[in-house]
Amino acid sequence: MTHTSTIDPAEVAKFEAMAAEWWNPNGKFKPLHMLNPCRLDYINTQIAAEFDRDLSQAKPFDGLRILDIGCGGGLLSEPMARLGAQIVGADAAARNIPVAQLHADQAGLIIDYRHTTAEDLVSAGEQFDVVLNMEVVEHVADPLTFLTTCQALLKPNGMMICSTLNRNAKSFAMAIVGAEWVMRWLPKGTHDWAKFITPEELYSLLRQAGLEPVDRKGMVFNPLGWSWSLSSRDLSCNYVTTSIKPNAAQK
Amino acid sequence: MVQASDKAAHGQSRPSGHTWRMSYDADIVIVGGGLNGPALALALAGGGLTSVIIDARAVAPRAEAGFDGRAYALAIASKRLLQGIGVWAGIADKVQPILKITASDGLSGQGPAPFFLTFDHAEMEEGPMGFMAEDRFLYRALMDAVQRTPGTTALFGDGVVAQEITTQGASVTLASGKTVTGRVLIGCDGRGSGVASRAGIARQGWGYGQTALVTAVHHASPHGGTAHQFFMPSGPLAILPLAGGHHSSIVWSEDATAAAAIQGLTDTDYLHALRPRFGDFLGEIALAGDRFTYPLSLSLAERFVMPRLALVGDAAHGVHPIAGQGLNLGLRDVGALAQVLVEAARRGEDIGAIDVLDRYQRWRRFDNTAMALGMDAVNKLFSNDNPILRAGRDLGLGVVNAVPGLRRGFMRQAAGLTGELPRLLAGRAI
Repeated sequence: MTHTSTIDPAEVAKFEAMAAEWWNPNGKFKPLHMLNPCRLDYINTQIAAEFDRDLSQAKPFDGLRILDIGCGGGLLSEPMARLGAQIVGADAAARNIPVAQLHADQAGLIIDYRHTTAEDLVSAGEQFDVVLNMEVVEHVADPLTFLTTCQALLKPNGMMICSTLNRNAKSFAMAIVGAEWVMRWLPKGTHDWAKFITPEELYSLLRQAGLEPVDRKGMVFNPLGWSWSLSSRDLSCNYVTTSIKPNAAQK
Repeated sequence: MVQASDKAAHGQSRPSGHTWRMSYDADIVIVGGGLNGPALALALAGGGLTSVIIDARAVAPRAEAGFDGRAYALAIASKRLLQGIGVWAGIADKVQPILKITASDGLSGQGPAPFFLTFDHAEMEEGPMGFMAEDRFLYRALMDAVQRTPGTTALFGDGVVAQEITTQGASVTLASGKTVTGRVLIGCDGRGSGVASRAGIARQGWGYGQTALVTAVHHASPHGGTAHQFFMPSGPLAILPLAGGHHSSIVWSEDATAAAAIQGLTDTDYLHALRPRFGDFLGEIALAGDRFTYPLSLSLAERFVMPRLALVGDAAHGVHPIAGQGLNLGLRDVGALAQVLVEAARRGEDIGAIDVLDRYQRWRRFDNTAMALGMDAVNKLFSNDNPILRAGRDLGLGVVNAVPGLRRGFMRQAAGLTGELPRLLAGRAI
């Protein structure tokens, strides 16, 4: 496939090398599996609030069309499918797609996985109620162009949820030294700290991309409980944001 | 049943979005229809998860039993869970509130020692310390609730002969040849758990060389809602008040040889052996129930979960039945596991994934192990005739009694109100 892409080819290669390990909760993607309940809680709460859905009902996201950009092995796509969403999982790493598709098939889940990019989805005229843009923006070559492309994929009043890593001494210590060097949770070189983005920078980028940021929360690891939780105050390391695409007609 | 009819034709190039579907008889397959199994099915139904309960035994004899003396001391937290799953209303008028508990050290043949450890419900905000509920009433109330609750199915009178765990589901084969499938298989099948042994989960056990003799007595004086626990050299004797005021359930522990001899006695001689231990504080006593024996032992499964499989209650941890903690611990497992599974389902997670089930194990394993070892230690301390230990015990019990804060701590522990409570046991919706 040839296309104009915001994906940095060196980053794609790194994730391709890890694709087969996606679904092992104690394998290389252990940190992502551990983070998953926390980010799902955030995503589900935000979607339910915006689209007026009751999470205690079966298939609360029925009728919502959701894009999981940078879907990897499908850690977010599968839960969204279980909750009833019509989900497209897109990844620029070709090797992730058959891995994710095989796993979804075995689970009896209908998920439309595609080896494609945000740019190509725009060209194809795709539109979504929700775009999940999780732990991706710190890996792209040009964040503003990427976020603007994601914005173009949203229907009016659509929602983008975007998470990334803050850039400060603590995130360097946690994500690079801690997760990659000490715990060896992630292969060395998974992250480039210089590409991390502060919440203020991300809000600014989101606005420039034509979105209206409405919420942000920190995701904090508690070493005693060995689990992640959401925090309104501590956005010092991992954090997640919600923005809405303004309805053009109201502008 | 697994339906994989159109799964064969796929290659890498199949159209996106095309898939084959797998369907299950229920979300959860529960093996064991005693008390924890039906309670779990009801708790799961409250959170929108369906289940099938399988048991080799038929429902009828146990639900239709006459008075046989078998009863449980339900902790307050257990009552709240039963309320939350719609069962309490079915037994509320048949239970005896426990208003007071006395614990005391007994000398062979001399009845209880003077230092009584007394727990009074007036010191607790939550009302009674607990409730005595007869097995037949509790079982019937649970089965009635299962019958009327959508999404819970009881398959009784047909036992499991084989089970299979795959990456995506679990299936069991019954004696009749029927197959039942689900996303998760739960063993509520007691300390001899077939679910655990078929899955290759090893157990660690400790025997005590002791046997519990269980029966019920009628006594001339009313019990006033007081439960008594006498720690005798040969083992504890619990006298637990039953509804009506003149019946109490007896859990009488003796070393295995003595217990076998006592169980072999005629009713008259059995009562003759019980009288000096029981004492005369409730007036004349007479046998009023069937006589059961249970060998006392501790049995811990080496793990409570595997991918797509979890163990609950005695299948995970069989404890010494002092203070009726076996069922109370089991109902805590029920509340915790139901909450973990319902939360995972609402989050969109795969409810049988090991990282989901591990949350249940982390939550319950420490609590259960601590309780099992704690009761083991209490029993060993009190089942001893060493005079120095005796003096220490009498003093120790007296000291606990004299310090209200310490005593309230014991009471809250016994009432099941300490530790991180599952929502159903805290009186909240799942």
